Amino acid sequence: MTFKYENVYINDTSTITGPYERKGPLSTYFDKSYDDFYFGMKTWEQAEEKLITESVDLLLYKLARTRFDVDLHIGGDLLNQIVASNYAASTLGIPFFGIYSACATSVEGLILASNMIESKQIKNCICTASSHNNAAEKQFRYPVEYGGPKPKTDTFTTTGAASAYLSYNKRGIKVESATVGTVTDYGIKDAFHMGAVMAPAAASTLYDHLKDTKREADYYDLILTGDLGIYGRKIFKDYMKTEYGISLKNYDDTACMIFAEDNKEAYAGGSGPACAPLVTYSYIFDKMKKGELNRVLLIATGALMSPTMVNQKLSIPSIAHLISLEVTE
Amino acid sequence: MEKNKYQNLVKKYTPKENVLGNGVTAFIIGGFMGMLGEFLIQFYSYVFSIPTKEASTIMTVTLIFAGCLLTCLGFFDKWVTSAKCGLIVPITGFAHAMQSAALEYKKEGFVTGIGANMFKLAGSVIIYGVCSAYFFGLCRLIVMGG
Repeated sequence: MTFKYENVYINDTSTITGPYERKGPLSTYFDKSYDDFYFGMKTWEQAEEKLITESVDLLLYKLARTRFDVDLHIGGDLLNQIVASNYAASTLGIPFFGIYSACATSVEGLILASNMIESKQIKNCICTASSHNNAAEKQFRYPVEYGGPKPKTDTFTTTGAASAYLSYNKRGIKVESATVGTVTDYGIKDAFHMGAVMAPAAASTLYDHLKDTKREADYYDLILTGDLGIYGRKIFKDYMKTEYGISLKNYDDTACMIFAEDNKEAYAGGSGPACAPLVTYSYIFDKMKKGELNRVLLIATGALMSPTMVNQKLSIPSIAHLISLEVTE
Repeated sequence: MEKNKYQNLVKKYTPKENVLGNGVTAFIIGGFMGMLGEFLIQFYSYVFSIPTKEASTIMTVTLIFAGCLLTCLGFFDKWVTSAKCGLIVPITGFAHAMQSAALEYKKEGFVTGIGANMFKLAGSVIIYGVCSAYFFGLCRLIVMGG
């Protein structure tokens, strides 16, 4: 399912990160980075909530607007009952839709907002996506201070929140089209190899998009996947070639960009709902505004993993949503 | 693409874990842990003039304390990761598993947090440790008569 948009623009964005992203290669592009994991709060969950409210406030400050000027807030995160977003929404007091697609949440939010703006149901919308490394580890994996060895294919959840302000005012980056992904399951049960879980979802969404829009892959200056990681990126490229006969040249993965690739602490790269928007809203948008990139395709990939279902020996389904971004001026 | 075919593709790009290297690391570090334990037993039995059986209990307590303290100080997890299973299999690993879970849930209260979650990782070790001790004890009774 592909939507075309004529009047939707991402006017501005804000990005706030934790300490590991600060040490990464893109640190200078983020609006703000913290040195610790608590940001003055008592728990990691509350810290993530603070990241979201702070990133929205920072965004509104950049736009010289108040919370009352915003029609809608769409947001999601990784935690159970998307608590970080729900609690942030209760502080912000903007009409709110909470969404969950694991690490594809950011683009799902952008698509929903774009549809409503295009149909003039709303004038503007703030989309947020966030993740917190320690809060996610605690919920999905082992205690944070537990040091059991992990395989090389494991990914490292990013800590951060990214917000985007969308409206029909012709300013910033144009949202040109979007493709909604289908949930795919290729029988991968390894919760430490999310790249392998998500690669077919990303590939099928990309293929659907190219088919619907009758475009070639090189129509885009850059095709970005969300968080496939070092090994998932290779699987994705090979899969695109063998399954669809499409070879990708102008392709990268945000998981491999947010941390240095030789950073052993990050294993195969970053992950989490914040990974793709943190890189896109800062580094990629900066390049687009400078004119180095004109057409960018962002495919946010989400592994719909639940520890309960993994323990029941079921394979992990995944989804990928895609959005096409353009510079118009 | 069929699932089997895809799984082969995944296998092609999945890096091999260095099983031999990890094993050797764990063997050497685990061996040193054993040496440290033996040293502590000898040390306690010499200093306090007690039999080695009692000294070995104090040695166990010492290693558990060290494992817990270093976990709380925040760097034992990095040691455990680099030592592979060299620090997990000995008693320090058990202490580390319990302490890290307790730390994680301390903000959710004594009963609903620490009490309910402290055995999250270590619980299995206790259950199957007790069961297998019982089973092997029974085998010994049958074969050797006690």
